[in-house]
Amino acid sequence: MEQFLQQVINGISLGSIYALVALGYTMVYGIINLINFAHCDIYMIGAYVGYYCMTFLGLGVFASLVISMAACVVIGVAIEKIAYKPLRNSPRITVLITAIGVSLFLEYVTMFFMKANVRSYPPLTGILAENINLGSIFISMKQILIVVITIVLVVLLQIIVRHTKLGKAMRAVSLDKDAAELMGINVNNTISFTFALGSALAGAAGVLVGIYYNSINPLMGVIPGLKAFVAAVFGGIGLIPGAFIGGYFIGAVEVFVAGYGNSMYRDAVVFAILIVILIVKPAGLLGKNTREKV
Amino acid sequence: MKKFLSITLCALLAVSLLVGCGQNANQPEQGNTATESDEIKIGVNYELSGEVATYGQSSVDGIELAIKQVNEAGGVNGKKIKLVKYDNKSEPSEATSIATKLITQDKVVAVLGPATSGSFKATIPVAMSNKVPVASGSATADDVTVDASGVKEFAFRICFNDSYQGTAMATYAKTKFNATKAALISDSSSDYAKGLAENFIKTFEGDGGTIVAHESYVSGDTDFNAIITNIKSKQFDVLFVPGYYNEAGLIIKQVRDQGINVPVLGADGFDSPVLLELAGAKALNDVYFSNHYSSLDQDPLVQEFIEDFKAEYNREPDAFNALGYDLANFVVDGIKRTADLTSENLQKSLASTTDFKGVTGSFSIDENNNPVKAIVVVGLKDGQQHSSEKVSN
Repeated sequence: MEQFLQQVINGISLGSIYALVALGYTMVYGIINLINFAHCDIYMIGAYVGYYCMTFLGLGVFASLVISMAACVVIGVAIEKIAYKPLRNSPRITVLITAIGVSLFLEYVTMFFMKANVRSYPPLTGILAENINLGSIFISMKQILIVVITIVLVVLLQIIVRHTKLGKAMRAVSLDKDAAELMGINVNNTISFTFALGSALAGAAGVLVGIYYNSINPLMGVIPGLKAFVAAVFGGIGLIPGAFIGGYFIGAVEVFVAGYGNSMYRDAVVFAILIVILIVKPAGLLGKNTREKV
Repeated sequence: MKKFLSITLCALLAVSLLVGCGQNANQPEQGNTATESDEIKIGVNYELSGEVATYGQSSVDGIELAIKQVNEAGGVNGKKIKLVKYDNKSEPSEATSIATKLITQDKVVAVLGPATSGSFKATIPVAMSNKVPVASGSATADDVTVDASGVKEFAFRICFNDSYQGTAMATYAKTKFNATKAALISDSSSDYAKGLAENFIKTFEGDGGTIVAHESYVSGDTDFNAIITNIKSKQFDVLFVPGYYNEAGLIIKQVRDQGINVPVLGADGFDSPVLLELAGAKALNDVYFSNHYSSLDQDPLVQEFIEDFKAEYNREPDAFNALGYDLANFVVDGIKRTADLTSENLQKSLASTTDFKGVTGSFSIDENNNPVKAIVVVGLKDGQQHSSEKVSN
């Protein structure tokens, strides 16, 4: 039982990271039907910005988190303006391939400047370095930090999407872009705003991963990015609550496969889930089957 | 007049091309010769970036120090040694193409590196077909210089192999900690870790011990909490972690975070300053790993090397620095003993090395191109090297 609880804690920490990254995938897909493969590299850049702030500027965790989110917003919006906006009326496959190109560009530019070696975050001090000990269950403050920040950010996101004008615009554009434009919504700004939100969450996830695992490298986004994508598909791509649930589900699956099965199969199981979902319920857990207009 | 000029120029051009051909035709078909110039070229093919960059960088620092000393002392037989250095990005395919480039274009007499077994093995076919020796300071896999098809005459190494390390650590667990139960978390994606794990298990079980858990991961993983939680429910006296520092550092940190305080054993893959960065000083207590060298060694040769190294780089040398240093001196020693310097003759000199005195211990090269030498077990306390013991089987 204790072991089970410990695994649940491990799964929740890992799932939080997937949830944050998955939200970015799902929002961008919801609004322009693009699987933004560069998203996982924004997460990597977030980790590097956080590393820079903490190591060279000596800033604290929260200041680094905010700076990193801001930097990711700038990069995310810049990518959207430079790479995706000119292709707004092109076939979807063109944009998709552009996204893969942007992803490789970000990975190898980072590798050029930061070198390919693994870097480690400076050790945390004070209360964040502590462990909480409940019987034989260990919870580190870092795990609590990850879960708390994730939940705070997701609540903020819900407030923005549900209760602000920009959020309303986002929902309108995702329902029908042309109709939204006719109603006087500035579609381009709304799309940029969506990229900004998604990138900020990815930046936060990057810093949290750096703090939690203490190890970052220029290709660190690839595998978590794919898993977060699976999480988004699982929950129903385009749906914010779906990505959140999907993230925790994938985190839990991975931990339980590694803990009770064989750790060699954990990636395989995650991708098997993707295949099963695409066959059985392509719209995802929360999605409704809608016919695509041809 | 203009026409005449252009014809003359064309003719000159054609003649100069032919001259070029003539020179090429005189090159020997196989093996590289030290040219008439006053330089001897040695290739350096190391991991200067990528996964295991610190091994490569450290080895190269040691090599460069050794060669600098050799050149300052007047070089070899009146000739200076020149290093031709390339980065193989920690990728075996890149290592192969760099070895080819060094041997066929730069015409080096021997190639040093790469540091890891996988990449080093990838360069051996090139060495064999061109008859140019390649030597590694730290390729510890068992089948590097010899496999089922026989000895690879042109591949040398100056470090002990994995079965020896795995066996030595199993014996160490037994004698030092009276361990009867061990758990393993091993890297299933490298030959190095597989060899270590196999031999550790064989020796440990052969001595009456039991392996209570054996978990695996692949290189690049960062989350080990699930498998650590799983082994935590079992009782064991030691935890053996065969793998490289990138993952080992994270494993040790997560193991200690979850409150497992048994001794952690490892092999020379732990030897990198990155291990301390990743795991943190607090987690690195009661950690022991087998190594080629320890700076705590009081041998005057070692102390002199440490001083020279500090003067050059302003820091303490690690094992890869020492191995790089020995590797360069090993090849220079071979060159000194070769009267007519061709890469084929150099191979014969290297193969007949006896009682070479290096900072990682003295050794002779055996019939399988492996050195015969002792192992050092280094203990860590708060992330710093605290104890060193010589262990032999």
